[in-house]
Amino acid sequence: MIELNRVGRSFTVGRRKARKTVHAVRDLSFTVEAGEFVGYLGPNGAGKSTTIKMLTGILAPTSGRIQVAGLDPTRRRMALARRIGVVFGQRTTLWWDLPLKDSFELVRHLYKVDQIDFRRRLAELTELLGLAEFMSTPVRQLSLGQRMRGDITAALLHDPAVLVLDEPTIGLDVVSKAAMREFLRHLNADRGTTVLLTTHDLGDIEKLCRRVMVIDHGHLAFDGTLDDLRATAPDEESMEGVVTRLYSG
Amino acid sequence: MVRTYLLLAWTWLRASAQYPGPLIMMVIGSFIVSGLDVAAIWVIFEHVGSLGGFDLAEVMFLYGAAGLSFALSDILFGNVERLSQHIKAGTFDTMLIRPAGAFVQMATDRFSVQRLGRLAQAAVVLAIALPQLGLPAGRAWMIPVMILCGTVIFASIFTLGGAMQFLLTDAPEVANAFTYGGSALTQYPLSVYGNELVKGVTFIVPLAFVNWQPALFVLDRPDPLGLPYWLRFAAPLAAVVLSVAAALAWRAGIRRYRSTGS
Repeated sequence: MIELNRVGRSFTVGRRKARKTVHAVRDLSFTVEAGEFVGYLGPNGAGKSTTIKMLTGILAPTSGRIQVAGLDPTRRRMALARRIGVVFGQRTTLWWDLPLKDSFELVRHLYKVDQIDFRRRLAELTELLGLAEFMSTPVRQLSLGQRMRGDITAALLHDPAVLVLDEPTIGLDVVSKAAMREFLRHLNADRGTTVLLTTHDLGDIEKLCRRVMVIDHGHLAFDGTLDDLRATAPDEESMEGVVTRLYSG
Repeated sequence: MVRTYLLLAWTWLRASAQYPGPLIMMVIGSFIVSGLDVAAIWVIFEHVGSLGGFDLAEVMFLYGAAGLSFALSDILFGNVERLSQHIKAGTFDTMLIRPAGAFVQMATDRFSVQRLGRLAQAAVVLAIALPQLGLPAGRAWMIPVMILCGTVIFASIFTLGGAMQFLLTDAPEVANAFTYGGSALTQYPLSVYGNELVKGVTFIVPLAFVNWQPALFVLDRPDPLGLPYWLRFAAPLAAVVLSVAAALAWRAGIRRYRSTGS
């Protein structure tokens, strides 16, 4: 479903004499099969967001090949957009000044979702995520938790095969976080949606991800099951300890 | 593309209608501010009989035609120049994950009727100037052509300015020299400017085709700078060449887009 083959992305930074090349991602290869739930971990600046941006067609890789849902993200950005859902925890795709339901209606038009499918899916997501009470509220008046639920819904209305989430639980309270996790688990287990999730919250990883990939300095430092990850450390060590050791290389 | 444009523009219009007070104030404000331009022209004609060899009605015609083209392109595509703000805020990323062209989304961004003020003002000036000129149909047919070409030329300059911001994210104002600067330049007969400048805006940044060259045909005037006669009919060519260049620059910009951290 997602396939990276020796992907690299470098940036030139600085001006004139101080110019240098920074390799945000280098020689990165991995495959995510349909139906997997993968956690993508790494310290700040490790290349997580750069990877996500290349997968979604926002950034073009400087080397290597990428295929997502059978498409090259950079060349077929708009076709890909119809097949994947993307949620950035830190920025919304909803219309700030309009009622939540208007943003969904816009999604229906932009993604050319059939009217009947749209109604059915929206009803289902409204039920699962408890959107009914703030459906007519302008987005600017929603709480962060409500807005996130709105963003997730907007990303799923066109029934994508892959859902890519960049820190979806950031800033959420314990209850909202638990609800979000339960929903994602259901989405993956019952609907078979492939999910790739980046997070700094190890709780997300422990509760949701069967497979974990850790990126550090632009390449994979670990790729395996959650149990494999635990097994790399002494028995009593906490998940924090395991990850801290991986991050510090 | 057109359907997506209308859909997004309509959505932004409804969003801006959430604040009707400021909206009405801004329409009136832009009408008045642009009206001061006309007052300035009148003041000049109080003291001199002609400007660069053109009388009041002719200058108002040049002003109105350029103003109309600029206002139309500004309403339809002007928001492309806000690109650097979107790049810095990271909101350009969210445009790229939608199944719609980034250009259409940028052009419709915060689409608002506030710029109608300037459009109305230019239309009024043109409506006053035209009857005084008493143009025969044999030359008046050029007027809609020049307004359309002028709109395309300004829209292309807005797009080029936007495309440049993919590289110069910190200097969006560079583009303003050509958009707003171009708008100010074309308000007067180009004959008031120096020879070199006129050649520059004829052959390099083709602002002379927004109104000046076709207007020489409409007004049946010899070119004060003695440039070839056929240039009067070259506005469509200039518009096509510039819009192709703008489209290529925009595409190249998207390919080179670097996004921001996080």
